[in-house]
Amino acid sequence: MDWLQILSNTASSILSPATMGYALAALGLAVHFGYAGLINMGIAGFMAIGAYGYAISILTFGFEWWLAAIIGLVAAAVFALILGIPTLRLRGDYLAIVTIAAAEVVRLLFLTTAFDEVTGSADGLSGYHASFRASNPLPEGTYGFGPWTYNDTGWWVRIMGLVTIGIAVLVVWMLTHSPWGRVLKGIREDEDAVRSLGKNVFSYKLQALVLGGVLAAAGGIVYALPSAVSPGVYVTSLTFFVWTALLLGGAATVFGPLLGSLIFWALQTFLSNVLPALAQAGLLFGLSQIQAGTLRFILVGVALMLLVIFMPQGLLGNKKELTFVK
Amino acid sequence: MMLLGLFLPAASAYADDDDPYRISGNVQLDGEPLEGVRLTIDGPGGEQEVETDENGQWRVGVPERNADYTVTLDEETLPEGIAVVDPEDETPNVKDVTVGPGGRVTVNFFIGEGQRNVTSFFDQLVARVVQGLSFGLMLALAAVGLSLVYGTTGISNFAHGEMVTFGAIAAVFLVGPASLALPWWLGYPFAVILSALLGLVLDVILWRPLRRKRVGLVQLMIVSIGLSLALRYIFQLFIGGGTRQLPGASDPKIPLFGAVQLSVIDMTSIAIAIVVIVAFALWLTRSRLGKATRAISDNPSLAAASGIDVDFVVRVVWTLAGGLAGLAGILYAYYRPGIKWDMGAQVLLLMFSAVVLGGLGTAFGALVGALIVGVLVEVSTLWIPADLKYASALFILIVILLFRPQGILGRRERIG
Repeated sequence: MDWLQILSNTASSILSPATMGYALAALGLAVHFGYAGLINMGIAGFMAIGAYGYAISILTFGFEWWLAAIIGLVAAAVFALILGIPTLRLRGDYLAIVTIAAAEVVRLLFLTTAFDEVTGSADGLSGYHASFRASNPLPEGTYGFGPWTYNDTGWWVRIMGLVTIGIAVLVVWMLTHSPWGRVLKGIREDEDAVRSLGKNVFSYKLQALVLGGVLAAAGGIVYALPSAVSPGVYVTSLTFFVWTALLLGGAATVFGPLLGSLIFWALQTFLSNVLPALAQAGLLFGLSQIQAGTLRFILVGVALMLLVIFMPQGLLGNKKELTFVK
Repeated sequence: MMLLGLFLPAASAYADDDDPYRISGNVQLDGEPLEGVRLTIDGPGGEQEVETDENGQWRVGVPERNADYTVTLDEETLPEGIAVVDPEDETPNVKDVTVGPGGRVTVNFFIGEGQRNVTSFFDQLVARVVQGLSFGLMLALAAVGLSLVYGTTGISNFAHGEMVTFGAIAAVFLVGPASLALPWWLGYPFAVILSALLGLVLDVILWRPLRRKRVGLVQLMIVSIGLSLALRYIFQLFIGGGTRQLPGASDPKIPLFGAVQLSVIDMTSIAIAIVVIVAFALWLTRSRLGKATRAISDNPSLAAASGIDVDFVVRVVWTLAGGLAGLAGILYAYYRPGIKWDMGAQVLLLMFSAVVLGGLGTAFGALVGALIVGVLVEVSTLWIPADLKYASALFILIVILLFRPQGILGRRERIG
């Protein structure tokens, strides 16, 4: 077993676009669930719309990458409006079922062969990088040290990802520490009390849904920035994984989603390297290497259960600030 | 008449051609791929000929996008008596297509047995409805349990799909030729009993302690999601990512009437589902325990105050839900056909649709909802592509929640 390689891969995953994509999506989910109390189980749908909006804008309409990214975000905002206007009046578990169903409808629409020319159906989309890479100011070459050594394209993706996260964190932090954020938390704790103070609860919820949705779409774009958009990614499992990352870090915090995603991916990378190696060495009760790879997803499920039962506030959350009302 | 689908498997990349863009399609007749059909593609880059492979698929690489191509299907290479048909087109076997900026395009032909032998729309509709009812009955078995659990405990159980999968996997381990190979009349009831035991065990080790701990409903829902993930990947650990078959899954279909074709197993499935659902309905309305279950669904505190042992009834409900889900899993394994580690997760949202459609927490609502969802899913394929059929049910779910959130049989006060 090559421990050095395993640790290097794990350390490298801290700066991977996947980690950043999860972090942004989890931050959006923190706005939805942590602050507004909306149980959005369709975060994968928002990510899909961001990623497909970006890729389709470039491939089908030939836009520049920054315009394509904006279109991806706007598409997610529109989706949030369409989804929110009918459903935000529903009680918690209804909202969960509707959002998960809406995300599946979105995925099936991207997957169907009926729109193959635009969406690439099961193949997904790729080859939309020219414009983004052309805007790269870094000179060609390989930079970095230790496990964080990437070429100029790799760094450009990561820099843009980090910049996006920086802006997103700043916006969410400022908003949640503003009167707007306090109203939102009030809605989470007791909707009727806030309504009796003359606030338009529906409008606040809708704003939160749009903001979180746009953040999740940004996550989808960052996730798809280095390689390709594949419909197999945006399944309900993705939603559940983002939830796990969020609850791990702390749902009602700004930095919890970032920490949660980081730990989630570092652990995933570590286990995906270690478990097959252990299996190969015959230390896993005769499991094959493929079976050992499955083991880490079982652990995600178990971790999610234990987290919700024993540590619902997450690592960075405050136990007094209840994130699960009722 | 049959719409030529464009079913391109995920693995089929177009990189094997030198040219960067592609035109592709699929030639089928009534779902059977046609091999060796010749097509000619003309346009920028010259004329190309291609024949369909054993899956009825064809593809060509073309050098330019934003360009027009003509695709001609050579009708001489179609089987005897088969033709491309399109009443609005004089030369239906010739199509003009434009390779768009996306660089890929698929070409559709309508193919049928001349003009004479086409199945009438009405016959197709009847066949779809029968198919949908069969699917709906299977769905109902699973959805009734989901609805009862919600009614008595308030949990939206996202792990219910895994209970369905468990039944099918237990069946393949008991009856499958590669493992115990028990006779089916022994193996399948045993698989259902094992599924019921799973429901019981989950209640004893997980749900009851959480009830005691007074964990909130949203938390319980997320616990069930974690459980669903864990169980799903445990199944994958045991049976891998492939598909397994129960014995007899590929039995021949017997034409009954019109365009309706069912195998013996299909008909048995329908009969079993109806018998079990009727028995369950009688249990729910006639027996003491069934009445207690409905009382708890109605008002748990009042039921407890009138001397009903809520904990015991909830345990019975979990056991029953497990057994019914397991039975649904075996029937679903024949309906799909095949057993996969995530097969239950695929129908979980349809079950939720059924339950919400009928009214969350009402057992008979779930039955009605499941039949509607089943028929809707199958009949919708007459108008929309088959790979969007589940989307239609989920779309209806969203629309229903807009106008009647309490569902068809739900009471008004249950508003979401």
